[in-house]
Amino acid sequence: MATTTDVAAPVAARRRTGALAWIRRNPTITIGAAILAALVVSAFLAPWLADDPLSFEPINRLKRPSEQFWFGTDQFGRDVYSRVIYGTRISLAVGISVAVFATAVGLAVGVLCGYYKRADAIVMRIMDGLMAIPSILLAIALITLMKASLFIVIVAISIPEIPRVVRLVRSVVLTVRGQPYIEAAIASGTRGLTIMVRHILPNTIAPLIVQATYVCASAILTEAGLSFLGAGTPPEIPSWGNVISLGRTFFQIAPWIIFFPGVLLAITVLAINLVGDGLRDTLDPRIARRM
Amino acid sequence: MTALATATAAPAAAPASSDTILSVRDLRTQFFTRDGVVRAVDGVSFDLKRGETLCIVGESGCGKSVTALSILRLIPRGAGRIVGGSIKFEGTELTTLPEDQMRKIRGNRISMIFQEPMTSLNPVLTVGAQIAESLHIHQGLDRRAAWDRAVEMLSIVRIADPKRRAGEYPHQLSGGMRQRVMIAIALACNPKVLIADEPTTALDVTIQAQILNLMLELKERLGTAIVLITHDLGVVAETAQRVIVMYAGRKAEEASVEELFRNPIHPYTRGLMGSIPRRTATGRRSNIRGRLQEISGIVPSLREEIPGCAFAPRCSYAVDRCRTEQPPLDPHGPYHLAACWEAARVAATPR
Amino acid sequence: MTAYIIRRLLATIPVMIVVALFVFFLLHLTPGDPAAVIAGDDATPTEIEGVRRKLGLDRPVWEQFGIYVWGLLNGDLGTSIFSNLPVTTLVAQRLEPSLVLALSTLLVAVVFAIPMGVVAAWKARTAVDRIVMGFSVIGFAVPVFLVGYLLIYVFAIELRWLPVQGYRPLSQGIDQTARSIVLPAFALGMVYMALIARITRASMLEVLSEDYIRTAHAKGVATRSVLLRHALKNAAVPIVTVIGIGLALLISGVVITETVFNIPGLGRLTVDAILKRDYPIIQGLIILFAGVKVMVNLMIDISYTFFDPRIRY
Repeated sequence: MATTTDVAAPVAARRRTGALAWIRRNPTITIGAAILAALVVSAFLAPWLADDPLSFEPINRLKRPSEQFWFGTDQFGRDVYSRVIYGTRISLAVGISVAVFATAVGLAVGVLCGYYKRADAIVMRIMDGLMAIPSILLAIALITLMKASLFIVIVAISIPEIPRVVRLVRSVVLTVRGQPYIEAAIASGTRGLTIMVRHILPNTIAPLIVQATYVCASAILTEAGLSFLGAGTPPEIPSWGNVISLGRTFFQIAPWIIFFPGVLLAITVLAINLVGDGLRDTLDPRIARRM
Repeated sequence: MTALATATAAPAAAPASSDTILSVRDLRTQFFTRDGVVRAVDGVSFDLKRGETLCIVGESGCGKSVTALSILRLIPRGAGRIVGGSIKFEGTELTTLPEDQMRKIRGNRISMIFQEPMTSLNPVLTVGAQIAESLHIHQGLDRRAAWDRAVEMLSIVRIADPKRRAGEYPHQLSGGMRQRVMIAIALACNPKVLIADEPTTALDVTIQAQILNLMLELKERLGTAIVLITHDLGVVAETAQRVIVMYAGRKAEEASVEELFRNPIHPYTRGLMGSIPRRTATGRRSNIRGRLQEISGIVPSLREEIPGCAFAPRCSYAVDRCRTEQPPLDPHGPYHLAACWEAARVAATPR
Repeated sequence: MTAYIIRRLLATIPVMIVVALFVFFLLHLTPGDPAAVIAGDDATPTEIEGVRRKLGLDRPVWEQFGIYVWGLLNGDLGTSIFSNLPVTTLVAQRLEPSLVLALSTLLVAVVFAIPMGVVAAWKARTAVDRIVMGFSVIGFAVPVFLVGYLLIYVFAIELRWLPVQGYRPLSQGIDQTARSIVLPAFALGMVYMALIARITRASMLEVLSEDYIRTAHAKGVATRSVLLRHALKNAAVPIVTVIGIGLALLISGVVITETVFNIPGLGRLTVDAILKRDYPIIQGLIILFAGVKVMVNLMIDISYTFFDPRIRY
């Protein structure tokens, strides 16, 4: 072809700008992922980025944000900036653990329900019951009955999230089960387990990933809410909710104690939601239309 | 056939006379998509006289519905717009009319009936309320009076038990009844012009004739002029006085209905006629075998500017000139326009 | 219709049984001695024994459950360990502020969010739309307490337009109540507004592309009337559904909002119960809120018939 050179140039240019073009087409997911990456990095590098979040100097009580204390200090003279940086670890850990835990349990139960009709009737009644309970109260009930620990908080936040995952997985399984190729596999004598692993599970992955991001965001908010109410992470752990909770009594004279962790919390949840929305739009247009 | 001889006598390129109620000149409507500009209507002109029936025929995608929507300025904002030409209704220029003035014309002086009776009525409002709404807006009738008149309209479009039906919702009515309701809505305010966009396409064959007859009868009674948009030449033959054949957003041919059926000039028109089944044995060639003759090829993409005749790629008469130069609408007889460079050769070929 | 309502009411029975089973057995299935946990770290064995007897943990499990369910059926939600008052009495004392807060929030959210969603859909892909959607995305991420404290800071501390915290009961005059509830209602309403605005926009966008909207335009109906009379009613079912779903958010949010604004409602009752580990109160509140939620869902489903004549039960 005589025009090869003419044609090749724009193709190369396009390839070079491929990543840029993708970013331009998916601005929300890019912004969300960038913020999340920054948060993860600061969580890992907390010991280098911040001072000891627990050391307190009574002389520096309730100091305004300054060059020395970027986010000010709390009533014990603890550096809010250091506490907030370390808090990132707690929030992300809780968010990710809950997302993984709730999704894993929800997936197992959902596949079971979608596949075995007898289990379905009973389990779905239980799920209906769980869904009727306001999630924060359910978590509070669990936490009042047990000694406070991060693990209990994660379990308590996960339980109310499970029914939603179960319903999602179950609906996917039921849809896929009705497909002709599954009927064919059953008719040709493929074992139930094989069908599940080979044909049904792959179909649940895309919607589950999307759901998991929303569960993660909501778990981070719930943890903060629980800690704020005094029913969450043990108070000695510097989670954002605990920092805010302690700032409650002093917010009229030291609003920064609440402001900084609150804003970071909002930014984190926003970033996760943006990634979730982006994933939803790219992975599963069907859900996108339903939302 | 109900075509009147008077229409035939009209001069070919008549200037808008006092008899003309709607005059469209060089209308251009374009849609702006991600893939480029779609020239849906590309320079269409026609006149509509008081009380007459004008048919616009063509395949789907030829721009006939867009022409209709353009007249009422119902092209979805953001998707497309009228980019040129003029539409004069009783001497008023519609393309530049302020929106609130335009609203007073819609459903009042010019009405429209759509193709899909199943989806064109609002599912959450009673049919009575939907008819009464027009009367309330345009004639200022109060609720009671508008409702009574709505019930009357239902009986005019021959819906049995109109009092009860007025209180029903669209899903409780059959397709034919819904289209009758659409007609009742359209005619409630005695419009001067009724634009009917494929009003019978979605209906059962038995219902189609009833609806067409109802429209024609009401037209006579109210003196409404009708622009009937259809792809069905059978409908054209039964209803129209004059016909416009559209292809790829342009007017291909225009004539009185008798003239067009007797002596189609444009190869596209001929193709269309070849693709309708005939009842009589007078048909030739393809019809002997009783098969529908299709026009080979597909409707061209309207995204690219078409330099010559849009039909050229599918036309067996096409010569080089057809692909490079757009043919003008030339007169071929007292009232007969066709846009074809090879008209003489086509006319000489027996069908 | 009546048959449907009866059927639905019967269907709520298994749900409520599951809820009752859950809150009851939670106490027994938790590892360790719940009496010891509830009595607290410094409790003496006698105190722990006292808690055990109050909770009835010294009796056989099935007998306890029987007594519990019998109590529920008679409208007994349990008795507080510390105040010895019935939970129903405690709830009745704290009900007004929470109810006022919840209803004002609902009102604020619906009044602001639906017009926002309608306008965003009408002006889709314009700056107005982007602002509404941006608000919706952010509103969904910002925690209630941050909004609450920001509102207090701006409108109560800096501008001094409204009281900082507290609640004035209706008996002191509705205008006082209104002044005390404005900020909490907006703080709690933020998430709710974001949710409703988003769904309203999506639902309206879908409806606005329908043929009957074109018919309405062709009839010469004014834009305002096309949006409100022709489109919104058709878009209502998803919106009403999401309002129902959002009520769950509202119940959780009430607890936090009442803490931020120092409102002596059910949320405060919950927080006090957490601090004293007064499990019967939390148990009773769960049953109560679950019941409310189930009833609201039923009402939402029934309301569909009002918006869409095609839905018949």
